Amino acid sequence: MPEATFHVFRGDATGGNLVSYTVPLTEGMVVLDAIHYIQAHLDSTLACRWNCKAAKCGSCSAEVNGRPRLMCKARVDEFKNAPITVRPMKAFPVIKDLVTDVSWNYRVNKQVPPFTPRPDDPGPWTMYSEDVERIFEFRKCIECFLCQDVCHVLREHGGFDRYMGPRFMVRIAALEMHPKDTLSRTDLLKERGGIGFCNITKCCEEVCPEHIHITDNAIIPLKERMADDYFDPWRSILRIFGRKKEPRGT
Amino acid sequence: MAEWYEAHQHDVLVIGAGGAGLRAAIAAAAAGVSVALVCKSLLGKAHTVMAEGGIAAALGNVDPRDSWEVHFADTMRGGQRLSDYRMVEIFAREAPARVYELERWGAVFDRTEGGKILQRPFGAHTHPRLCHVGDRTGLELIRTLQDKAVYSGIEVFMEITLTRLLKDEERIAGAFGYRREDGRFVVFRAKAVILATGGWGKVYKVTSNSWECTGDGCAMAYEAGAELMDMEMVQFHPTGMVWPPGVRGILVTEAVRGEGGILRNALGERFMERYDPKKMELSSRDVVARSIYKEVQAGRGTPHGGVFLDITHWGPEYIKKKIPSMYEQYLTLANIDITKSPMEVAPTVHYVMGGVRVEPGTGATTVPGLFAAGEVAAGLHGANRLGGNSLADLLVFGKRAGEHAAAQVRTLAAAPRVDERHVGEERALIQHLFDGGGHENPFAIHEELQEVMGTYAGIARTGAGLTEGLERVRALQERARGLRAVGSMLFNPGWHACHDVRFMLTLCEAIFRSGSERQESRGAHWRLDFPDQTPRWGAMNVVVYRDNGEMKVTSRPVPQMSPELARLVQ
Repeated sequence: MPEATFHVFRGDATGGNLVSYTVPLTEGMVVLDAIHYIQAHLDSTLACRWNCKAAKCGSCSAEVNGRPRLMCKARVDEFKNAPITVRPMKAFPVIKDLVTDVSWNYRVNKQVPPFTPRPDDPGPWTMYSEDVERIFEFRKCIECFLCQDVCHVLREHGGFDRYMGPRFMVRIAALEMHPKDTLSRTDLLKERGGIGFCNITKCCEEVCPEHIHITDNAIIPLKERMADDYFDPWRSILRIFGRKKEPRGT
Repeated sequence: MAEWYEAHQHDVLVIGAGGAGLRAAIAAAAAGVSVALVCKSLLGKAHTVMAEGGIAAALGNVDPRDSWEVHFADTMRGGQRLSDYRMVEIFAREAPARVYELERWGAVFDRTEGGKILQRPFGAHTHPRLCHVGDRTGLELIRTLQDKAVYSGIEVFMEITLTRLLKDEERIAGAFGYRREDGRFVVFRAKAVILATGGWGKVYKVTSNSWECTGDGCAMAYEAGAELMDMEMVQFHPTGMVWPPGVRGILVTEAVRGEGGILRNALGERFMERYDPKKMELSSRDVVARSIYKEVQAGRGTPHGGVFLDITHWGPEYIKKKIPSMYEQYLTLANIDITKSPMEVAPTVHYVMGGVRVEPGTGATTVPGLFAAGEVAAGLHGANRLGGNSLADLLVFGKRAGEHAAAQVRTLAAAPRVDERHVGEERALIQHLFDGGGHENPFAIHEELQEVMGTYAGIARTGAGLTEGLERVRALQERARGLRAVGSMLFNPGWHACHDVRFMLTLCEAIFRSGSERQESRGAHWRLDFPDQTPRWGAMNVVVYRDNGEMKVTSRPVPQMSPELARLVQ
């Protein structure tokens, strides 16, 4: 049976190193299969997160040969016999092996004001496809946090206190563009959200397993929205008087 | 207080953060009690995210003839007499309100031309009924509930494994477990506990279920004295992926058939004509799964042991819009472009209809203070679940369990007391895995168990096979006494797997014992030695419970409908 060598990061918050494992290959195998093989046959203490193994839950994020990927979607045959290195996401602190502490994302999530429809509009609602279609893309997000991992504001500059990262720009975009939402989150975007820190390198789009156009469809329109609210004189007056959302022809 | 564990005190403890757990936690918090929500993974990763097809609710948006009565009748017929009609009635009546509520909380569904929630046809539903968004409805549901929950004052505890429910004499008093991250022990003290821990499809090798589906909640409930019902009823979804081997079992949504996908055997025959000429591909899941099994057994299967599911006639644009994740799944994992070639599919274990026996309206189990909702609870789906009824189940009964648990804790004069001896015993038991001198690998036992289940408790069963399977499970249980974990308590998958295996073995014993007891074929339970339904077994639910450490089997009469409701089902 053909085999491949996997170099897997082993370690914890105090440090670690790559350990090599030889794993038999089967047709159509993905990197997560190899990790499972190692757990079952070579070392039961190798830690990784995973749930669905079908690219739907976003748990098994890691860096395969330096690229942020879902391990369940990374086909081994794609690497043609080259050695495969698997490391944890770099932007987040390591807990153990391939498991990182992503709790920062859950704390940030709570800072985004929730969906807020008009209280006197209980539904059932009439919303047309053309009104909701563009937010479907944002709602496809499986919270794998690969975009957060690759975002240089977070990854290289550690800007966790300045920028919420692409994932939450996507979440805010979904809320802001929901036809029934009444809240404006432009203050948040400008301040804690830190949207100004994104300089549109589009790295996040490249790693998104759901192919969400994070910068083009979420971040850029949000930047425009924020600029409108802050720098358009009429809108900035409305903002001061607490007028929430201006219907806009987008 | 003892120093060696972390302790938390809440009114209601919800175990599991899939759809049912989240909905229950939201309902309990809304009722003004303090709520802890504990999950085994990160929040939002639960198996609910994998639901694809939709939420069944009789909104009548696509066909105005739909009504709760028709949904009731479809569900009762699907359950083949074993469903608790009281649950089904509540379910069919309340599902529409739960869907609209979800929309008010921010869920966005596909729309009709008139701007209403779009509904798609699904197996054995008379009218188009499944509210959906593409083929990622479960994600939409869980994300919406997650976002709602985090603003509801619920305290969320992620990545915690619970291994035992704690009791104060008869009443539930909390749960014991540990943090996966570092192995710290945790005791949750609560006046009521809601189990929303899902199913146990991971006892099979070929399954659509995710890692978490090991049945911890059901097994803990059994150990705490709860009755389990209909455990023989395991649903095989007709269409799972077949090839390559690593993806075998991954779900191919029923929406493919709902929207016109055609099943063909290797000879190109549309074989459902032989088995259900009226409903064809949209027959109920038990029928379609058996039909595929029979085709393959008769030598008319594909080279990899499945059949073909063809949707190429839709055209690429429609396919990518309506089932985008199926398109992506086949392209990435199997190198197949489903807009051009048919999919190869075969049955895969998908759902358990059985579980903890509950009171129909409240979710109360037979243990005081313990509630259950969602897949872990039995009674709604009987012998076969209809597609789309699971997501509606989570919402309807999650909410009810949350409300009733909250109401019940308000009536308690004093908080139940956790027995410290039990906490100490359980700690000793799970630490024993490191230093007890055992040598059994939990992954190896799990794999052997999966073989046993596939061989003796698969789609087609026999009395002799069920007996043999039980013997083998007993032997594995014996070996599991010698399970061994190595390394530290820091995020240790081998150690976690030891608990999973212990729970799964208990549930598999229940599947074999219940399956042997039911000497007939009904719904998902197909006995080659008893190929027909019998009126006697149609009036009984098989129940197992623990007595002096031994599993006992008995039966309970299925509640009988009033003549008015019975007329709806005719």
